[in-house]
Amino acid sequence: MLKHRVIPCVLLKDWQLVKSIGFESYRTIGHPTSTARIYNARDVDELIVLDIDASLNDEEINTEIITDIADECFMPLTIGGGITTIDDIYKVLNAGADKISINSIALEDLEFIKKASSLFGSQCIVCSIDVKKVDNNYKVFSKKKGILDINPLMLAKQYQEHGAGEILLTSVDYEGLTKGYDIELMQLFKDELKIPVILNGGMGEPLDAVKAIQNGADAVAAAYIFHFSQFTPDDIKKILNNHKLAVRL
Amino acid sequence: MAHWLGRKSILSDNIVIIDYKMGNLKSVEKAFAKVGADVIISNDSQIIKNASKIVLPGVGAFKDGMKYLKELGLIDVLHKEVLQNKKPFLGICLGMQLIAKKSYENGKTEGLGWIDGIVVKFDSSNLKVPHVGWNNVTYKKENVLFKDIPNSSDFYFVHSYHFTSLEDAVTSSTDYGDDFVSSLQKENIFAVQFHPEKSQKVGLKFLENFVSFERKI
Repeated sequence: MLKHRVIPCVLLKDWQLVKSIGFESYRTIGHPTSTARIYNARDVDELIVLDIDASLNDEEINTEIITDIADECFMPLTIGGGITTIDDIYKVLNAGADKISINSIALEDLEFIKKASSLFGSQCIVCSIDVKKVDNNYKVFSKKKGILDINPLMLAKQYQEHGAGEILLTSVDYEGLTKGYDIELMQLFKDELKIPVILNGGMGEPLDAVKAIQNGADAVAAAYIFHFSQFTPDDIKKILNNHKLAVRL
Repeated sequence: MAHWLGRKSILSDNIVIIDYKMGNLKSVEKAFAKVGADVIISNDSQIIKNASKIVLPGVGAFKDGMKYLKELGLIDVLHKEVLQNKKPFLGICLGMQLIAKKSYENGKTEGLGWIDGIVVKFDSSNLKVPHVGWNNVTYKKENVLFKDIPNSSDFYFVHSYHFTSLEDAVTSSTDYGDDFVSSLQKENIFAVQFHPEKSQKVGLKFLENFVSFERKI
């Protein structure tokens, strides 16, 4: 049986690990390669590494650090942040990533997803969608442009049609607060897509993951809980297993 | 020039990972290195001839895979080394599918044809496709490469197509909607649909078993 994945998400800023709250305040929390090594030793299902400012600052992708991280990973590794060209994808995959995550470029150019997925396969193109709730409606949030008048589910469906392999769905409102995932947002997506949805933003305790998956998430990602609490990805999976949700133990 | 060419191949096994432009070979190389193998990525026929074991990894479309193998002039050397010289061979993901007789991915394409079978797509009417993530590998037959790995262990998969074997070569199956073939063996030819290089400890153990596999002549 296919398992629900529990995915630690690590955020980079100036090639340090940081932790964000609602995409705004950042704290440095360590060195990326040592963190990758710890997650590998903990036998995690997968690892997502996002460089949070790369697209804002038009930074060159730091393939050295990606190589360093990949060298520590014998599990799937997704890298995102600052990918705007096909050449960037080549670089990131060559540095040892298995999948790439795109956000800004996907919003700007749907054809880019099509091109990327036909060249590298859908399986390695993760499209990330950031969402904010405005007047009781979910809207797509862009780091560059702020709140956009776009329905996130409609956007996800377009991404899927153009060849996205997975959707990384993040609630900006819930991110970093550890009060649980935005379950209402997840319900909006439940059974609507043919590709897996990774729900991100807000896990504070194992039961939050249970709720997310019961409401349709294929996988859950989280940052804060693994850095600042006693919970490990394994603890989360044990609780999921207790709730009869399939995980790899 | 390959770093192990100067050595006598009798002294140590050397593994060549075939570079045919299909996906990330580095992670496969890294995983083999981690379990102590002498490994190199190459598409040079001479290096393939000198290697004692051959690995064909790959992610992507079947048609492209066959096209690049042809363009790089690798078909003959692979046939010779694997079928005649019986070198241990491991196909991973697309590398497993390419040993089939044919595939129905984007029309019909002939494969290497080492194991009688066809490659077909998952039925996406009730399933999320690609099949991405960790899934159980359930043994159908004893297989040396699963030595010391518990039955039904989880391995990592990423694929939209799967192998349907018409020969009695299936060593394990995996349930996704229905049971599909997750590994094959026929003499010196091993093939897996999952990614051992991405399957953490059980995956590394699997690769270690391939490294220490000695064919009986």
